[in-house]
Amino acid sequence: MTIEMLYFAWVRERMGRAQETVAPPPAVTTVAALVDWLAARDADSADALADRGRLRAAVDQAFVAMDADIAGAREIALFPPVTGG
Amino acid sequence: MIRIHVGTDPIDPAAELALAEAAAGAGAVATFIGLVRADDGVGTLELEHYPGATEAALHRVAAAAAERWSLGAATIVHRVGPMAPGTRIVFVAASAAHRAAALEACAYLIDRLKTDAPFWKREIRDGKARWVEARATDTDAAARWEA
Repeated sequence: MTIEMLYFAWVRERMGRAQETVAPPPAVTTVAALVDWLAARDADSADALADRGRLRAAVDQAFVAMDADIAGAREIALFPPVTGG
Repeated sequence: MIRIHVGTDPIDPAAELALAEAAAGAGAVATFIGLVRADDGVGTLELEHYPGATEAALHRVAAAAAERWSLGAATIVHRVGPMAPGTRIVFVAASAAHRAAALEACAYLIDRLKTDAPFWKREIRDGKARWVEARATDTDAAARWEA
Protein backbone atom coordinates (compact mmCIF):
# COMPACT_ATOMS: atom_id res chain seq x y z
CA MET A 1 0.00 0.00 0.00
CA THR A 2 1.43 3.40 -0.95
CA ILE A 3 0.17 6.59 0.65
CA GLU A 4 0.73 10.19 -0.38
CA MET A 5 1.74 12.06 2.80
CA LEU A 6 1.21 15.81 3.16
CA TYR A 7 2.66 17.96 5.96
CA PHE A 8 1.59 21.46 6.98
CA ALA A 9 2.82 24.35 9.15
CA TRP A 10 5.54 23.42 11.69
CA VAL A 11 5.18 19.71 10.91
CA ARG A 12 6.18 20.53 7.32
CA GLU A 13 9.07 22.70 8.45
CA ARG A 14 10.47 20.12 10.88
CA MET A 15 10.00 17.24 8.42
CA GLY A 16 11.96 19.27 5.87
CA ARG A 17 9.43 18.32 3.18
CA ALA A 18 5.85 19.18 2.24
CA GLN A 19 4.96 15.78 0.81
CA GLU A 20 6.27 12.31 0.12
CA THR A 21 5.05 8.89 -0.96
CA VAL A 22 5.41 6.16 1.67
CA ALA A 23 4.78 2.42 1.75
CA PRO A 24 4.16 1.34 5.35
CA PRO A 25 4.07 -2.37 6.21
CA PRO A 26 0.67 -4.12 6.57
CA ALA A 27 0.88 -4.00 10.37
CA VAL A 28 0.41 -0.21 10.20
CA THR A 29 -3.38 0.07 10.26
CA THR A 30 -4.13 3.37 12.06
CA VAL A 31 -2.99 6.98 11.83
CA ALA A 32 -1.25 6.64 15.22
CA ALA A 33 0.66 3.56 14.04
CA LEU A 34 1.61 5.38 10.84
CA VAL A 35 2.97 8.30 12.88
CA ASP A 36 5.03 5.86 14.99
CA TRP A 37 6.37 4.18 11.85
CA LEU A 38 7.24 7.52 10.19
CA ALA A 39 8.92 8.85 13.36
CA ALA A 40 11.15 5.77 13.60
CA ARG A 41 12.68 6.41 10.15
CA ASP A 42 15.00 9.37 10.73
CA ALA A 43 15.84 12.25 13.07
CA ASP A 44 13.83 14.91 11.19
CA SER A 45 10.71 12.75 11.24
CA ALA A 46 11.20 11.90 14.92
CA ASP A 47 11.53 15.61 15.77
CA ALA A 48 8.57 16.73 13.63
CA LEU A 49 6.27 14.08 15.08
CA ALA A 50 7.55 14.04 18.68
CA ASP A 51 4.73 16.11 20.20
CA ARG A 52 1.88 13.64 19.59
CA GLY A 53 -0.56 15.70 21.64
CA ARG A 54 -0.25 18.58 19.18
CA LEU A 55 -0.60 16.49 16.02
CA ARG A 56 -3.80 16.34 14.00
CA ALA A 57 -4.58 14.28 10.90
CA ALA A 58 -6.77 14.10 7.82
CA VAL A 59 -7.39 10.96 5.77
CA ASP A 60 -8.37 11.66 2.17
CA GLN A 61 -8.97 15.31 3.14
CA ALA A 62 -11.33 14.66 6.09
CA PHE A 63 -10.25 15.35 9.70
CA VAL A 64 -9.95 12.12 11.72
CA ALA A 65 -8.92 11.00 15.21
CA MET A 66 -5.47 9.46 15.61
CA ASP A 67 -6.95 5.98 16.11
CA ALA A 68 -8.69 6.16 12.71
CA ASP A 69 -8.25 3.24 10.33
CA ILE A 70 -6.13 3.97 7.25
CA ALA A 71 -7.16 0.98 5.13
CA GLY A 72 -7.53 2.14 1.53
CA ALA A 73 -6.31 5.68 2.28
CA ARG A 74 -4.73 7.45 -0.69
CA GLU A 75 -3.74 10.75 0.97
CA ILE A 76 -2.95 11.39 4.64
CA ALA A 77 -2.05 14.81 6.05
CA LEU A 78 -0.35 15.54 9.40
CA PHE A 79 -0.45 19.04 10.89
CA PRO A 80 -0.80 21.09 14.10
CA PRO A 81 -4.19 22.18 15.51
CA VAL A 82 -5.75 24.62 13.03
CA THR A 83 -5.69 28.41 13.55
CA GLY A 84 -7.80 30.00 10.81
CA GLY A 85 -10.39 32.77 10.91
CA MET B 1 -26.54 30.00 -2.51
CA ILE B 2 -23.36 28.76 -0.94
CA ARG B 3 -20.28 30.78 -1.80
CA ILE B 4 -16.82 29.62 -0.76
CA HIS B 5 -13.63 31.33 -1.87
CA VAL B 6 -10.06 30.87 -0.67
CA GLY B 7 -7.31 32.89 -2.31
CA THR B 8 -4.53 35.45 -2.08
CA ASP B 9 -6.67 38.20 -3.64
CA PRO B 10 -7.99 41.06 -1.44
CA ILE B 11 -11.51 40.57 0.01
CA ASP B 12 -14.14 42.92 -1.49
CA PRO B 13 -16.93 43.24 1.13
CA ALA B 14 -19.20 45.34 -1.11
CA ALA B 15 -19.20 42.74 -3.87
CA GLU B 16 -19.73 39.89 -1.38
CA LEU B 17 -22.54 41.77 0.36
CA ALA B 18 -24.29 42.42 -2.96
CA LEU B 19 -24.28 38.67 -3.68
CA ALA B 20 -25.71 37.88 -0.22
CA GLU B 21 -28.41 40.56 -0.56
CA ALA B 22 -29.44 39.18 -3.95
CA ALA B 23 -30.24 35.75 -2.44
CA ALA B 24 -33.80 34.50 -2.71
CA GLY B 25 -35.99 35.41 0.28
CA ALA B 26 -33.47 37.81 1.78
CA GLY B 27 -34.87 40.05 4.51
CA ALA B 28 -31.78 40.20 6.72
CA VAL B 29 -28.07 39.88 6.05
CA ALA B 30 -25.49 39.55 8.84
CA THR B 31 -21.78 39.80 8.09
CA PHE B 32 -18.53 39.40 9.98
CA ILE B 33 -15.11 40.65 8.90
CA GLY B 34 -11.87 39.56 10.57
CA LEU B 35 -8.77 41.75 10.28
CA VAL B 36 -5.10 41.01 10.86
CA ARG B 37 -4.29 42.45 14.31
CA ALA B 38 -1.08 44.36 14.95
CA ASP B 39 -0.68 42.49 18.29
CA ASP B 40 2.71 42.86 19.94
CA GLY B 41 4.42 44.29 16.90
CA VAL B 42 3.33 41.73 14.29
CA GLY B 43 4.63 42.97 10.94
CA THR B 44 3.22 40.25 8.69
CA LEU B 45 0.75 37.42 9.16
CA GLU B 46 1.08 34.43 6.84
CA LEU B 47 -1.78 32.02 6.24
CA GLU B 48 -1.07 28.48 5.07
CA HIS B 49 -3.86 26.08 4.14
CA TYR B 50 -4.59 22.63 2.73
CA PRO B 51 -5.85 23.23 -0.82
CA GLY B 52 -8.90 21.17 -1.63
CA ALA B 53 -9.53 20.08 1.95
CA THR B 54 -9.98 23.72 2.99
CA GLU B 55 -12.67 24.45 0.43
CA ALA B 56 -14.45 21.15 1.22
CA ALA B 57 -14.43 21.90 4.97
CA LEU B 58 -15.75 25.45 4.44
CA HIS B 59 -18.47 24.09 2.17
CA ARG B 60 -19.59 21.66 4.89
CA VAL B 61 -19.73 24.49 7.45
CA ALA B 62 -21.73 26.74 5.10
CA ALA B 63 -24.09 23.94 4.05
CA ALA B 64 -24.78 23.03 7.68
CA ALA B 65 -25.62 26.68 8.48
CA ALA B 66 -27.80 27.03 5.38
CA GLU B 67 -29.85 24.01 6.41
CA ARG B 68 -30.07 24.84 10.13
CA TRP B 69 -31.23 28.46 9.63
CA SER B 70 -32.92 28.12 6.20
CA LEU B 71 -30.49 30.62 4.69
CA GLY B 72 -30.85 32.12 1.24
CA ALA B 73 -27.07 32.64 1.17
CA ALA B 74 -24.09 31.45 3.20
CA THR B 75 -20.76 33.00 2.24
CA ILE B 76 -17.24 32.26 3.49
CA VAL B 77 -14.32 34.08 1.89
CA HIS B 78 -10.90 33.47 3.44
CA ARG B 79 -7.63 35.03 2.41
CA VAL B 80 -4.33 33.12 2.44
CA GLY B 81 -0.68 34.11 1.96
CA PRO B 82 1.17 37.06 3.55
CA MET B 83 -0.88 39.95 4.96
CA ALA B 84 -0.09 43.24 6.71
CA PRO B 85 -1.91 44.36 9.90
CA GLY B 86 -5.33 45.81 9.11
CA THR B 87 -5.83 43.50 6.11
CA ARG B 88 -9.16 41.67 5.84
CA ILE B 89 -8.47 37.99 6.45
CA VAL B 90 -11.99 36.54 6.52
CA PHE B 91 -15.49 37.57 5.46
CA VAL B 92 -18.64 35.63 6.28
CA ALA B 93 -22.25 36.46 5.47
CA ALA B 94 -25.59 34.86 6.23
CA SER B 95 -28.74 35.90 4.40
CA ALA B 96 -32.09 34.88 5.89
CA ALA B 97 -35.70 36.02 6.05
CA HIS B 98 -35.29 37.57 9.52
CA ARG B 99 -32.53 38.99 11.70
CA ALA B 100 -32.33 36.31 14.41
CA ALA B 101 -31.50 33.58 11.91
CA ALA B 102 -29.03 35.79 10.04
CA LEU B 103 -27.19 36.85 13.21
CA GLU B 104 -27.01 33.35 14.69
CA ALA B 105 -25.91 31.78 11.42
CA CYS B 106 -23.22 34.43 10.96
CA ALA B 107 -21.78 33.62 14.41
CA TYR B 108 -21.96 29.90 13.62
CA LEU B 109 -20.05 30.36 10.35
CA ILE B 110 -17.10 32.16 11.96
CA ASP B 111 -17.02 29.96 15.07
CA ARG B 112 -17.04 26.71 13.11
CA LEU B 113 -14.61 27.72 10.40
CA LYS B 114 -12.00 28.46 13.07
CA THR B 115 -11.97 24.84 14.25
CA ASP B 116 -13.16 22.90 11.18
CA ALA B 117 -11.02 24.26 8.33
CA PRO B 118 -7.30 23.54 7.81
CA PHE B 119 -5.65 26.97 8.05
CA TRP B 120 -2.47 27.80 9.97
CA LYS B 121 -1.30 31.28 10.96
CA ARG B 122 2.32 32.32 11.28
CA GLU B 123 3.30 35.71 12.70
CA ILE B 124 6.43 37.51 11.63
CA ARG B 125 7.91 40.03 14.08
CA ASP B 126 11.23 41.72 13.42
CA GLY B 127 12.07 39.04 10.86
CA LYS B 128 11.31 36.19 13.30
CA ALA B 129 8.50 33.76 12.47
CA ARG B 130 6.29 32.03 15.04
CA TRP B 131 3.38 29.65 14.44
CA VAL B 132 0.23 30.78 16.22
CA GLU B 133 -1.03 28.31 18.85
CA ALA B 134 -4.62 27.08 18.71
CA ARG B 135 -6.78 28.48 21.54
CA ALA B 136 -9.12 26.48 23.76
CA THR B 137 -11.60 29.38 23.65
CA ASP B 138 -12.01 28.79 19.90
CA THR B 139 -12.82 25.12 20.51
CA ASP B 140 -15.34 26.15 23.18
CA ALA B 141 -16.94 28.71 20.85
CA ALA B 142 -17.36 26.07 18.14
CA ALA B 143 -18.66 23.45 20.59
CA ARG B 144 -21.54 25.67 21.76
CA TRP B 145 -23.26 25.06 18.41
CA GLU B 146 -23.39 21.30 18.84
CA ALA B 147 -26.97 20.24 19.33
